[in-house]
Amino acid sequence: MIIGESGSGKTTLLKCMVGLNEIDSGEVLFNERNFYQLDFHGKKEIRKEIGMLFQGGALFDSKTVEENVVFPISMFTDLSEAEKRDRANFCLQRVNLENANNLYPSELSGGMKKRVAIARAIAVQPKYLFCDEPNSGLDPKTSIVIDNLIKEITEEYNITTIVITHDMNSVIEIGDNIMFIYKGEKWWEGSKQEILKTDNKEVCDFVYATKFMKDLKTKF
Amino acid sequence: MNILFHFGRYFILVKRAFAKPEKVSIYIDRIFEEMNILGVGSLGIVAIISVFMGAVITIQSAFNFENPLVPLYAVGVTVRDSMILEFSPAIVSLILAGKVGSSIASEIGTMRVTEQIDALEIMGINSSGYLIFPKIVASVLFNPILIIFSMFLGVLGGFIFGVMAGVVTNYEYIYGITHDFRPYNVVYALIKSGVFAFIIASVPAYHGYYTKGGALEVGRSSTKGVVYSSVLILAFDLILTQLLLY
Repeated sequence: MIIGESGSGKTTLLKCMVGLNEIDSGEVLFNERNFYQLDFHGKKEIRKEIGMLFQGGALFDSKTVEENVVFPISMFTDLSEAEKRDRANFCLQRVNLENANNLYPSELSGGMKKRVAIARAIAVQPKYLFCDEPNSGLDPKTSIVIDNLIKEITEEYNITTIVITHDMNSVIEIGDNIMFIYKGEKWWEGSKQEILKTDNKEVCDFVYATKFMKDLKTKF
Repeated sequence: MNILFHFGRYFILVKRAFAKPEKVSIYIDRIFEEMNILGVGSLGIVAIISVFMGAVITIQSAFNFENPLVPLYAVGVTVRDSMILEFSPAIVSLILAGKVGSSIASEIGTMRVTEQIDALEIMGINSSGYLIFPKIVASVLFNPILIIFSMFLGVLGGFIFGVMAGVVTNYEYIYGITHDFRPYNVVYALIKSGVFAFIIASVPAYHGYYTKGGALEVGRSSTKGVVYSSVLILAFDLILTQLLLY
């Protein structure tokens, strides 16, 4: 998980990782393949291994829920129409979204949009899943549902998932390896247990910014 | 320098839009979809404007040909040549630049600011190819049909309203529209409409594709797309007229 204050550069870092932003220095490696040294086709091959959950969902407005999930399958496979629909329905069921196939994104709630976006991301069985603030704009209950879904899918499909968030509840719920970004730089890195014990001032200011977290610290 | 930057970026975008498609069948479906949205959806406005412009040109021509040495069939000749040479290819294209251009720029601009274009890129899809190529092809293929439709309706509108207003007779009008007809004029009009169609689809698409910000910027991109495509249509109208008629 990559955490940090708003404006610290989390989303910029994520966009650099997936090739949406150009980098000035450094390298992005996917299984020893340096993304920014690859040609157009090489980058395209890596992108086929990537699934991404955007902050706003980024669902295609002109397509229904089912069409949104079928779309990447249609682009990169030669499955029949029935097989594509079966695959899409399987993914939609996996994210607990049934009977919404014919709805348009404008008819969905924030949580439903995120679930469709997850279904679309896993439709082509990615090796890497990038999530940009999956909980933004969601109520606490729905946030937990989305967090758990991301965790379950990561384990079930054996994929590498990178989540960007500033929600400490998510860190505690699904965090594994955590990196803290401060003013555009990597400031701290460690496990979920370590972040709760660290004495790094900037990390502590961020982690214990809420009363709930402060109480938690006092209690334990 | 700013103009050179935009020219360079525009040509790179168009080149990318014409790259090999990921799946030809999907692109063909998209072309037909765009033909329906951009072409068939414009039939109504083109029909209304053409009929009324044909009628107005007829009545104005008859009003101005008061000299008894000018035969009345000249009204038919004027309507035909005005519609074929300038009104249908250029003025209808300007109207389409407003209607279709703003729709293209705002659609692609909205997709940009809501990260839908980023989502396409992440999937490994050439977003400019998927979004812009079908619009350009649909526009270039369908606009000449719209232009021929406009020519026909303009001449028909002139006939109906001219005869109804009593400014020209059936015989004189029909003789006029067939008198000294040059088929090359239609070829010239269709070449112009093809070039204008490319501008109508690609320039607003460029402005939409590079939208940054939110809803306000989408509106600005839409306006820029319409203004720049209109100016380019007028410039190419002059260039092509010079090249093809002299």
